[in-house]
Amino acid sequence: MNRISDIFKTKSEKVIPFLTAGYPTLNDTVDMVLSAEKAGADMIEIGMPFSDPLADGPIIQKASQIAIENGVNIKWILETVYKIRTYSEIPIVLMGYINPIIKYGLKKFLTECNSSGVDGLIIPDLPPEEATEFIEKCKINKISPILLVAPNTENKRIKYISHLAGDLIYCVSILGITGSKSSKNNNLEKYLQRVKIYSECPFVVGFGISTRNDVRSINKISDGAVIGSAIINKFNKNESPQETVFNYIKELRGNE
Amino acid sequence: MKYNQPDSYGHFNQFGGKYVPETLIPAISELEKLYVAEKSNPEFISTLKKLLKHYSGRPTPLYFAERISNDLGFNVFLKREDLNHTGAHKINNALGQILLAKKMGKTRIIAETGAGMHGVATATVSAQFGLKCVIYMGEEDIRRQKLNVFRMNLLGAEVRSVSSGSKTLKDATNEAIRDWVTNVENTYYLIGSVVGPHPYPMMVRDFQSIIGTETKQQFREIKKSTSILPDFVIACVGGGSNAIGMFYPFINDKVKLIGVEAGGHGVNTDKHAATMTKGELGILHGSASFLLQTKDGQIKLPHSISAGLDYPGVGPEHSLLKSINRANYFSVTDDEAVLAFQWLSKKEGILPALESSHALAYLKQKNNGIKPNQNVIICLSGRGDKDVHTIADYLGTEI
Repeated sequence: MNRISDIFKTKSEKVIPFLTAGYPTLNDTVDMVLSAEKAGADMIEIGMPFSDPLADGPIIQKASQIAIENGVNIKWILETVYKIRTYSEIPIVLMGYINPIIKYGLKKFLTECNSSGVDGLIIPDLPPEEATEFIEKCKINKISPILLVAPNTENKRIKYISHLAGDLIYCVSILGITGSKSSKNNNLEKYLQRVKIYSECPFVVGFGISTRNDVRSINKISDGAVIGSAIINKFNKNESPQETVFNYIKELRGNE
Repeated sequence: MKYNQPDSYGHFNQFGGKYVPETLIPAISELEKLYVAEKSNPEFISTLKKLLKHYSGRPTPLYFAERISNDLGFNVFLKREDLNHTGAHKINNALGQILLAKKMGKTRIIAETGAGMHGVATATVSAQFGLKCVIYMGEEDIRRQKLNVFRMNLLGAEVRSVSSGSKTLKDATNEAIRDWVTNVENTYYLIGSVVGPHPYPMMVRDFQSIIGTETKQQFREIKKSTSILPDFVIACVGGGSNAIGMFYPFINDKVKLIGVEAGGHGVNTDKHAATMTKGELGILHGSASFLLQTKDGQIKLPHSISAGLDYPGVGPEHSLLKSINRANYFSVTDDEAVLAFQWLSKKEGILPALESSHALAYLKQKNNGIKPNQNVIICLSGRGDKDVHTIADYLGTEI
């Protein structure tokens, strides 16, 4: 049990912002997470930047590149989560690609995730076929391995993946990369209903979510909506990133 | 023990695997199943054989290069993959994969390309089979390989310029994978080298193995012996498809296998693509292999004068062959490759691709371990017409 399993015990609408670590600057991350929490975010996804993020669209690619130039690495991210823990108990999951983690050392990484206060991990290029050791070590360290499912994942595989994950799975809403337009037809609803039936654990939905309406309709079926590229798109010259995050999360929650 | 790689999960010991987003799992599983069934299907085998013979012009010759042999004091044979239709070994694999794409009912073909030879091969087979074709190519490679870009256009393919990262092969591959994730239902990704998730490294190796299989037989015919083997087999390595195709049929034989990678400005500078010499274990584009990366695990920008070798990774099977000491890998610099290009052109009347020139340059290196009168086979993976602009730039000549 960790902070993730705690929050999904209650059935309420969940808003989960994705923030690229160290973007726009190194000084923004802690405050942005705290602003998001104040505005009503239920869980925070922190993106660990990678030079070649092949599940991401141009917006997150660009943010990742700037974050890397700012000097972000795994050590910095774990220290930042540790800092956030002085002020907040909001569930935090890290999303990142497998190569920097392997380079850092899988075992060391997971031990330090635990000691810094990370609750879960999303690794888009680590499907269950390659994740045996990862899942095992996550569980030893009380970290939720948040495995992914996609619209073309078969029912019995959804069941299998959710069984392996245990606490939470992440539904990619579309065939595509982050920042793409969400599917407007009823295919999405059918797919989410399928996940609801076959998943043994709660599930959140991400990719292509940007409006209050998206959040509302997705939460009708799922256990939470993840908003990523759309946040970065909202950044502007007239307010600080913290203010943007605060206002936008309020809007997505429907209590402006 | 007989060599038998990869295992059924696509692992070459600690290398290989299928590190891809969930969205691609159904596609690679379907491909793996189909490929395993088709590779022993007599009808598939005979269709591919016919295409290789009548469309691509195989077998390609094994040519004894007498004048450079005289220079060197040992016997050099060139496997003339440059004489394939489209001018490089890439067509061997493209023909195999397009048959599978057709069987899978896909209507759209995508591919990445560095030097453009794989792009041209893919555009060619797409035209031949009437399928829509999109090629991803780095902006920098489009600049240095204009001729191939125009060839692809003439063949009816759309060439999409990629301007992220180093604007070369790595970034073109990222973009092709993003397209694949988005259009996986109707699109087949025709990977050009022994890289990517399982089954690609195994499948592309199998399709390219015709190079080594023909070579072994032709060498024996030349030597009028049924059991003689060459002393050395040498090929350039970017992703490593021509090298694996040449090595694989010799893997259980007493033959020295040498891969030559791009040393760029030198392996002790930050401008090279010498993955085997300088890389560390990592995961990129779907498989685990040696990789040029920073201390934080970010991928380094490679450099080579040769667009086809300008890649920070390498096929997982090469990493395996290095780790079990079955093959040895060396690097040659841009300068050495250009000298080898000029040398072969003037001595044998053959313009080699800049990629293949790296393999040739190894022959000129001191301490290359080759003894007088030994027999050496070089995989001449492609022709050099595409590189004349690059060579002219390098020499400061205007054409």
